[in-house]
Amino acid sequence: MSPPLDLLPALLPGVVVTLQLTVFSSILALIIAFVVGFGRLSKYGPVRVVSSAYVEFFRGTSLLVQLFWAYFVLPHFGLELAAMHAGVLVLGLNYGAYGSEVVRSSILAVPKSQTEAGIALNMTPTQIMHRIILPQAFLTMLPPFGNLLIELLKGTALVSLITLGDLMFMGAQLRVTTLRTTEVFSLVLIIYFIIAYPLILGVRTLESKFSKGRA
Amino acid sequence: MWDWEYAFSIMPQLLKALQITIVATFLGFLLACVLGLLLAFARRSTFKPISLITGGIVEFIRSTPLLAQLYFIFYVLPQCGIMLSPLAAGVIGLGLHYSTYLSEVYRAGIDAVPRGQWEAATALNFSLSRIWLSIILPQAIPPVIPVMGNYLIGMFKDTPLLSAITLVEVLQAAKIIGSRSFQYIEPITMVGAMFLVLSYISSVGIRRLEARLNRW
Repeated sequence: MSPPLDLLPALLPGVVVTLQLTVFSSILALIIAFVVGFGRLSKYGPVRVVSSAYVEFFRGTSLLVQLFWAYFVLPHFGLELAAMHAGVLVLGLNYGAYGSEVVRSSILAVPKSQTEAGIALNMTPTQIMHRIILPQAFLTMLPPFGNLLIELLKGTALVSLITLGDLMFMGAQLRVTTLRTTEVFSLVLIIYFIIAYPLILGVRTLESKFSKGRA
Repeated sequence: MWDWEYAFSIMPQLLKALQITIVATFLGFLLACVLGLLLAFARRSTFKPISLITGGIVEFIRSTPLLAQLYFIFYVLPQCGIMLSPLAAGVIGLGLHYSTYLSEVYRAGIDAVPRGQWEAATALNFSLSRIWLSIILPQAIPPVIPVMGNYLIGMFKDTPLLSAITLVEVLQAAKIIGSRSFQYIEPITMVGAMFLVLSYISSVGIRRLEARLNRW
């Protein structure tokens, strides 16, 4: 059996959509992760409550249910979203909630004495955050962020169920039109792996790089 | 906009479908626990080809989407003559996918058992199976139970994917109800609420368990 390379051209548009979704929603997720992560560390009670509720909500409900909600329910409230927008929005909001935990825990992991030293040097809270805490927390954040990015990439396959033409969707369609089930679905799995594997290797390199200077 | 009467009328149907979701979650998790342990053993095998191949399989399964794997199992296996019900295919898919995560969890637990325990057991001339069963695993598994619990919640939230392979679990049921009356707001929102409540309760439970296990 020769590799089913003739199926590739039909899948390529789906690969492009999957990559677009991954890039846009991870940017959104990153922004949300920082905003909400800082929100959860805020000294104002209401801000903390709101951001915790946000995180619990998006981590507690299923990603697919959220996608369906955005795609099928929001139009009833007069908010018609294109499948692509719904996908980016929900993936961003969902993985942003997970990311915010990474931001929060990394900031908390910086020893308290670092803040105290900053205070002793008469730095403002903003200066302490910018020059002392964040640069250290950043290093701790990178590997878990990398893992989240891989999760997000895998999560994008779900948008095929709200009719967005990503790799999974194209694969499912191609199966129906060509009836070459085994080849099509094997190819889809392999393409996902080819996209994800460099990310995994990257994360692993980061991890070993950052654990070297410590411990 | 929100119709309470409608919401109440569809509640029994949704709860019934929720049972399927829960059954699929538990069966899948059971499979994942067993397979995960086997994978963890295979990865530690001193026979290089086995550990390399297992490593490759784990890597591949972990880095491809669960949905793609579900489709693969549900549509490709029948071509090889293996007929599967949607529930069986779903349980296998969930179990296989999560077993790769759980194998890493087991691995961390096993690695955390001090070397001295191995050496002591070897010095006492215990057989390999006895070392594993009565020395290593009883120390390796309890500390990682909370982490396993987190994966249980993760799996619970992934079961709606089984709707894609025609299993009528709670999300699929909500979609069917919604399409009958063109009122999607109530069913889908209620499904979301059910997930929120159940996974919140379980995460509180896990936190308690964690605190309890840490006490020792």
